[in-house]
Amino acid sequence: MRRVMNIAPARGSGMLLAAIPFFLIVVIYIIGSAERRAANPDDKLLPPVSEMVQTTQRLATEPDRRSGDYVLWTDTAASLRRLGLGLGISTLVGLGFGLTIGLLPIIGASFGTIVAVISMIPPMAMLPILFIVFGLGELSKVMLIIIGVAPTLIRDMSIEVQSLPREQMIKAQTLGASTWQVAIRVVLPQIMPRLIKSVRLMIGPAFLFLISAEAIASDVGLGYRIFLVRRYLSMDVILPYVAWITLLAFALDYLLGLFARKTFPWAYVEEPR
Amino acid sequence: MSALSFRNVWVEYGSQIVLERINIEIASGTFLSVVGPSGAGKSTFLRLILGQERPSQGKVLLDGEPFPAEPGPDRGIVFQRYSVFPHLTVLGNVLVGYEFEQRPLTARLFGAARREAIEKCEAMIEGVGLAEHRDKYPSALSGGMQQRLAIAQALARRPRVLLLDEPFGALDPGTRAQMHALIKPLWRDLKMTIVMVTHDIKEAFGLATRLIALDKPRRDPQAPGRFGAKITYDLDLTRHGPVPVLGFLKAVAVIG
Repeated sequence: MRRVMNIAPARGSGMLLAAIPFFLIVVIYIIGSAERRAANPDDKLLPPVSEMVQTTQRLATEPDRRSGDYVLWTDTAASLRRLGLGLGISTLVGLGFGLTIGLLPIIGASFGTIVAVISMIPPMAMLPILFIVFGLGELSKVMLIIIGVAPTLIRDMSIEVQSLPREQMIKAQTLGASTWQVAIRVVLPQIMPRLIKSVRLMIGPAFLFLISAEAIASDVGLGYRIFLVRRYLSMDVILPYVAWITLLAFALDYLLGLFARKTFPWAYVEEPR
Repeated sequence: MSALSFRNVWVEYGSQIVLERINIEIASGTFLSVVGPSGAGKSTFLRLILGQERPSQGKVLLDGEPFPAEPGPDRGIVFQRYSVFPHLTVLGNVLVGYEFEQRPLTARLFGAARREAIEKCEAMIEGVGLAEHRDKYPSALSGGMQQRLAIAQALARRPRVLLLDEPFGALDPGTRAQMHALIKPLWRDLKMTIVMVTHDIKEAFGLATRLIALDKPRRDPQAPGRFGAKITYDLDLTRHGPVPVLGFLKAVAVIG
């Protein structure tokens, strides 16, 4: 008898195995929804799939009666814009500061500790301050994402820089490289795969901060919408929105992973998958 | 010209003395082997030349001049590991030296300058026998090939002194013999000074024209850090005579 730990699924059956949990969730939902509808025709908690499809179709293809917007798309555009700005700026800040702190001992000594402390501030506790300082507009929402994401990225990047073998830094110097040249030709390319990995992991927190900020003060956005319709128990809107947000996050994660593999093939040589 | 001199050099870490009273003149074009037990300061000796470390007392001079206390292009190095850049191909690893030299701001060459540099690189890569692997990343190369790449890379900037820090220590005996056959003609053709730290006594005798042994001649069991290592043997291997080494050509014909 082979050990269970040595039994690996083949490619085809692997995909099948991956599909099973999704299938189970759908089946359980459909059964549950049908049961509740049978007991109470006005049930709002588990709307049937057909109703959700109908609502989604209305939100995606028909202009809103009051504002004339295609609600799903305007919400998506507004949220993705905030998320993109927040994550993008955090990435640049994380990379720039992280590289400098990791590479230059003077900067590391000056700013390493303060970054470690700042990264421990709970970002949600900062939200009222952001609303007071930056107002209720776009800026405070983007700032919340940056405050939540950037310090972690800075720390992660500086640790990654410091974990590069000392030999490589010496070697580069014996090839005549200046500090700047070491930064752009030796350090930067080698920490890029890690940066993308970290940004992928930060997509979850970034969405958390985005939806929280939108829920509290906004007039458009995915998070605003689900918290708005919560008052009417509109599960037929909330559930598709949650699924849509999940899909967006998953797609972003997947695309970043694909990009990293294409751009930095050398970093993925030894990975089994 | 690339003569090295150590003038009364001491290295101390706090109360621990690593090297004491090192005085040695290394003539230009010498192939110097440094042997000794672990902890006898061989690597410290190398780091002094590299500029990674400063003597607590005394001076290290290159051609009679002190040099800045940081690594520079006049002193190349090959480490036992991590010597090549994993994110660059074989060609990129050698090319990057020229790119550092010619483009201070972008450190990248394009167009005609790049083609010219690539030509020089290809000669180096050819010289160490990696021509057919020029577009591979180091992770796809064997240990021996990576070390050959490291040598080609170190030689790209034509250093006056080449430092080898146990460069062949991690290789199997067959590959090591190939590396010996490679390094000797390179040293002869490029007329540079080589300082090699090694644990392999046969290698030390076989390749070098001069050999020094570092060891602690005095020990105080109550204070192990009290006495540092000195040069306990200094052998000239160019003379005819007393040190035959099996499997190596004698260095006699080489130095002129």
